[in-house]
Amino acid sequence: MNWIAIGVTVKLAALTSLLLLGIGVGIAYWLSFSRWRWKFLVESIVALPLVLPPTVLGFYILVAIGPHSPVGRFYADLVGHALPFTFEGLLFASILYSLPFAVQPFAAAFDQVDRRLIEASWTLGASKLQTFFKLILPLSITGVITGVVLSFAHTLGEFGVVLMVGGNIEGETRTVSIDIYDEVQVLNYAGAAKTAFFLLVVSYLVLLCVYAMNRKVWAVWPQR
Amino acid sequence: MAATLSLDCRKTFPRGLTVSVQLELPLDPPLVLILFGPSGSGKTTVLRCLAGLEQPEEGTIRFGQDLWVDAARRQVVPPQARHLGYMPQDYALFPTHTVTGNIEYGLSDLPQAERRRRVSEALALLQLQGLEQSKPRQLSGGQQQRVALARAIARQPQLLLLDEPLSALDAPTRGALCSELRSLLTRLKIPTVVVTHDWTEALTLGDRIAVMSEGKILQVGVPQEVFSRPANESVAQIVGVETVVQGQVSDSAHGLATVQVNGIAMKALAVDEIGPSVYVCIRAEDVVLEQAGSGMTSARNHLAGRVDAIDPRGVMVQVKIDCGFPLTAVITRGAVEELRLAPGAPVIAAIKAGSVHLVSRSVV
Repeated sequence: MNWIAIGVTVKLAALTSLLLLGIGVGIAYWLSFSRWRWKFLVESIVALPLVLPPTVLGFYILVAIGPHSPVGRFYADLVGHALPFTFEGLLFASILYSLPFAVQPFAAAFDQVDRRLIEASWTLGASKLQTFFKLILPLSITGVITGVVLSFAHTLGEFGVVLMVGGNIEGETRTVSIDIYDEVQVLNYAGAAKTAFFLLVVSYLVLLCVYAMNRKVWAVWPQR
Repeated sequence: MAATLSLDCRKTFPRGLTVSVQLELPLDPPLVLILFGPSGSGKTTVLRCLAGLEQPEEGTIRFGQDLWVDAARRQVVPPQARHLGYMPQDYALFPTHTVTGNIEYGLSDLPQAERRRRVSEALALLQLQGLEQSKPRQLSGGQQQRVALARAIARQPQLLLLDEPLSALDAPTRGALCSELRSLLTRLKIPTVVVTHDWTEALTLGDRIAVMSEGKILQVGVPQEVFSRPANESVAQIVGVETVVQGQVSDSAHGLATVQVNGIAMKALAVDEIGPSVYVCIRAEDVVLEQAGSGMTSARNHLAGRVDAIDPRGVMVQVKIDCGFPLTAVITRGAVEELRLAPGAPVIAAIKAGSVHLVSRSVV
């Protein structure tokens, strides 16, 4: 097994889900509580990675962060090297690619919170931010954990976007799924099988956690 | 100028109801104002505007020196800054928090020692000791109601807003908790607005009552007076009980209570957990008029009196009688002629014991 590729993949997935926890909660909160009548425009943009072929998404991200775009130039001026074919570029792409897997469970959980509880919290003097941390987050913790775990699992298995944006650089952007592809290309089926099985088991275990948690099969965190 | 809560605002809902309300409530001494009316009359909307959860599109709300809402200048004080105790109809207890956690929720800006003191004070006041670590779903309806009250008053709010505080309880619990709530409100001395559609609650809890219908306030006054002297027919119909007089329960046996009203003894159905001081309430439809000297009916109470006034009200006629206390009856036009009723004429009012309602009255 290619432990370097596994290390890159786990690091990428962990950082992606961590950053998505912050970004996704912000977007989901806005989607759930905004009364703006055009918010469905934003909702559908967030959901786009669900239906778009990863190569299409990867292509646009590559163009967007490349040296010919303003964003790419700005980043290159700031850091000293361009974004494409780097770990940071891959991270940026992964965040966009996994966005719906975080935002949708978050927003669904926030939608479930009884608005009357939130109003009661306001009348007790709690600001909107305090209400979020003291009331909304504890009430929707299952959904938030689901979103984090799903975006982690989804990033583990991404292929098309990585290929387009990350290239295939050992120790930097070569993830497990690319490694499997490479092994098959050189007809090393035994190596591919091992890594593929590893990915299968990890993904299955992660999903097992999510479903068990949502069914409340066991208490993941102690009852307070 | 004495401090008042003054409300003059309008709010229109997409489905057609327009709530348009002018109201003044003196804050010193603190009073309990009842917003009374059928469901859909807009009383909860008024309460939510006071809480800052609903914004009127026109008008002002002023609490003492503070301008809470000035719609013309788009100025609104958020609920957080109004320093309220608000209890919604279903209590809205936080399911993730314990009883203590719920009561503590609004006290986070206080030092810990003070917070502890307030919590234990509220727990004691509402007899919730022993339930500190319970979650709301483990509590009975009555206990949940008390936790919600404790949470609302622990902040020592400047205004208490209670939306149907007793309606989620079953009938036997409701009667007992209603008297309890009255004595609590008397002790707290916080200006309070209570929404209810139950006239016994209105009589027990209220110092003032505002009768609402279709988004408008029809009459404001002292409950007993509004009930016995409704300003017009709509108010009479909404309150549904025309005679409200003070009485003293002198005896209670075999499910029947004897109550003294101005020296006249009447029989009423006994009510558990009620003090000796009561309001005696009789609906005008439940009063049967008989000619003086006629035979007995099955009614328990036969009160001899004289006709005071006769007011036609549509097909019915409202007859005011003086039988030691003012009593109102509603009978048909035909009955008036048959009984040859005229002001000053003697008459007998028959009332079944089951139609004489006793409502506890706090003696101040």
